Amino acid sequence: MTAVTATEFAPRRSGAGQLAGTGALVRLALRRDRVLIPVWVAVIALAVLSLPGALESMYGTAAERAEVARQMLANSSLRATYGPVFGDSLGGLVAWRIGVYAGLFAAIVSLVVVVRHTRDEEESGRQELLSSAMVGRRAPLTAALLTALVANAALALLITGGLVGQGLGPSGALALGLGTAGVGMVFATAAAIAAQLTQSARLAKGLTGGLLGAAFVLRAAGDAAESDGSSVLTWASPVGWLEHLRAYADERWWVLLLLVGAIAVQGSVAYGLAGRRDIGMSFLPTRPGPATGRLGTAGALAWRLQRGSVLGWGLGFLAAGVAFGGITGGATELVGDNERTREIIERMGGRSGLTDAFLGSMAGMLGMVAALYIVQSVLRQHTEETSQRAEPVLANVVGRLRWASGHLVIAFGGSVLLLLLGGLGLAAGYGGRSGAVIGACLVQLPAVWVIGGCAVLLHGVWPQAAPAAWGVAGAALLIGWLGPALNLPGAVMDLSPFSHLPELPGGPMTWGPVGVLTGLAVVLVAAGLAGLRRRDLLT
Amino acid sequence: MTTARHAIDVCGLHKSFGRTHALDGLDLHVGTGEVHGFLGPNGAGKSTAIRILLGLLRADAGAVRLLDGDPWADAVELHRRIAYVPGDVTLWRNLSGGEVIDLYGRLRGGLDRARRAELLERFELDPTKKGHTYSKGNRQKVALVAAFASDADLLILDEPTSGLDPLMEEVFRRCVGEARDRGRTVLLSSHLLSEVEELCDRVSIIRRGRTVESGSLADLRHLTRTSVTAELAGTPDGLSRLPGVHGLEVRGGRVRLQVDTDRLGPVLRSLTDSGVRSLTSTPPTLEELFLRHYQDDLPATPVEVGTR
Repeated sequence: MTAVTATEFAPRRSGAGQLAGTGALVRLALRRDRVLIPVWVAVIALAVLSLPGALESMYGTAAERAEVARQMLANSSLRATYGPVFGDSLGGLVAWRIGVYAGLFAAIVSLVVVVRHTRDEEESGRQELLSSAMVGRRAPLTAALLTALVANAALALLITGGLVGQGLGPSGALALGLGTAGVGMVFATAAAIAAQLTQSARLAKGLTGGLLGAAFVLRAAGDAAESDGSSVLTWASPVGWLEHLRAYADERWWVLLLLVGAIAVQGSVAYGLAGRRDIGMSFLPTRPGPATGRLGTAGALAWRLQRGSVLGWGLGFLAAGVAFGGITGGATELVGDNERTREIIERMGGRSGLTDAFLGSMAGMLGMVAALYIVQSVLRQHTEETSQRAEPVLANVVGRLRWASGHLVIAFGGSVLLLLLGGLGLAAGYGGRSGAVIGACLVQLPAVWVIGGCAVLLHGVWPQAAPAAWGVAGAALLIGWLGPALNLPGAVMDLSPFSHLPELPGGPMTWGPVGVLTGLAVVLVAAGLAGLRRRDLLT
Repeated sequence: MTTARHAIDVCGLHKSFGRTHALDGLDLHVGTGEVHGFLGPNGAGKSTAIRILLGLLRADAGAVRLLDGDPWADAVELHRRIAYVPGDVTLWRNLSGGEVIDLYGRLRGGLDRARRAELLERFELDPTKKGHTYSKGNRQKVALVAAFASDADLLILDEPTSGLDPLMEEVFRRCVGEARDRGRTVLLSSHLLSEVEELCDRVSIIRRGRTVESGSLADLRHLTRTSVTAELAGTPDGLSRLPGVHGLEVRGGRVRLQVDTDRLGPVLRSLTDSGVRSLTSTPPTLEELFLRHYQDDLPATPVEVGTR
């Protein structure tokens, strides 16, 4: 008789078998992401590459640039928003204005891509079929990370090549490109860990997104505290490392080691976890639920499905509000108060009073993030429909309007809640003027609702294209964040609903645009619901 | 309960998705109180037809009456009297099976608590497990318990047993039987012929979006052929000239043929005349019946297969 030893059942620790099939999985991932990745990479790269020309036309001479840099460096609120200015060359200004945001967006694409090809695949059951073929235990994770690497490498290449092509120095271009891609990969590997820990792709994305938000706020707080980025808070944030690379300001290449180190550590943790767990399972156990349920209406079901997400967003808004409020005080530190300064602030989308301008731009930022929430929440209907879970619900005594309204109340009502929480946080952090600050946050709502209305319309009338609502929100975000710096023509700026809002606090309250936007949102929602009633359910 | 003779009346139903004609003039008549088998090969349009009956899809053309209502316009009201089990049950990952059963019960306007408990026991379903931990069969049980615990007049079941083990399938069959005994109407889409044979009063077979056969199983059997194998003392004479004989094979004294069941008599007489040594006659199996309709290259009218 052959002796069966325990070692025969021990998991294989190494060997190429663990990675078998990676190449095929990467090709599959790239095939599935053939639109998502190129569009994101192109949009981020274009945003970076359109800056040199725009900034040059605004600050043409070295003296002007030095003045801008000095002003920006002196103001802690602006440092919190964009990071400190390390170099007053054209390249230095480009790196300052976009660096943090390029990294932020690269991180978002990376985490979406990684979760999409790991936990999403397991949750849907597709991975099981793939893994029954010649696919190694760690191949799916490897393929997902390689796919994220392809996206980030393409981004680094475009940024570096594009900046060099516009005549900016190659070493700064390389630093900005590598730094952006590095931040992307840090969050790709963070998402890889989250995908091992949770059983839900939605939760994995939420956790990594929360981490990214925390990294952004840490950096903002650190930069508000110190003008040279030496704060320990900035060093604690991977997004902060990007500015510490000091592109176009005597690059500090060793900072890349931090990024590489974080990627390596997180990557190996994810790999360790991936090799030790069963497919479809996680390290967080699933608890049994109640044997009987209290859910009795489509609205209650919608709330049950979305309440975790609303809670997460709400906490995020409150925390971000407090943090931004806390750094607002520095807005008065601006050196001098001349025509030039005002213009700089106005370029940022600001208004006359500096503190007001800063509070206003923070409220605007919260509003644009709330637009992302409302799109996500409205599109939950689309997920329910495409996953076939809406079908049996609608086969009950539930009309389509009632089914949709449950989700819409959470989407539109949730946006009110989020901006209220953000406003409360902002007022608490700032320490005063609660009414004006909360009002400035709430006045964002009509614009948020218009974006939500676009999502309702798309889902109701052209459901196959419903995810394009993300594009609508993304476009409004880009116009808001980069429009003034890029000197976009008024007609383009006007495309974003946020451009029409009254400039609060400080500016006059204009009810006209608020009413028009709210009316537009109502029309969009009504048209979307009318479409939903008439069309076939997606099957 | 409705007093109408037919629970479902569908005439000339058409539905296209782009260039695909999913339904191409479908007819379906289900009498009140009957268990009706709905059969057809994969992609024949069964689920599309069911979704139109549920008002989830809108018909392009044709007349549809369901429990004396219009499934599109009166969808919500009709759903009070309908319980539906989809072929592919997907649950919410973080809701327990019990919560889903109760949710569907309330959304349908109530469910029988005692029957719910009894069904959970009969189907051996643990209602405390979360949606994503159930197997395919257990997900189907969640939907089945919700459907059978309801007080619906019409049960629409779309391949409801595809994931059930044989024991559970037996439980399912008994539940359908009890539903019929309570006067419920059942539309059962299925590929399990034994299940259809045991449960259904009448069946409709559809192919490429069109009804190709409809009637009781006895009616349908009658339309098919009986296989006959015989060993004869002499040489058979004139068999190929008899009406209704197909696929005749003669090898010495050994004869194999198929004959339309209503033409069996003359064939037997002819064989007897040649001196029968042994004879086997196999009635048409359901498989043959369905295969005849499922096969893709089936000619519109049966053609005689030549002797080899």
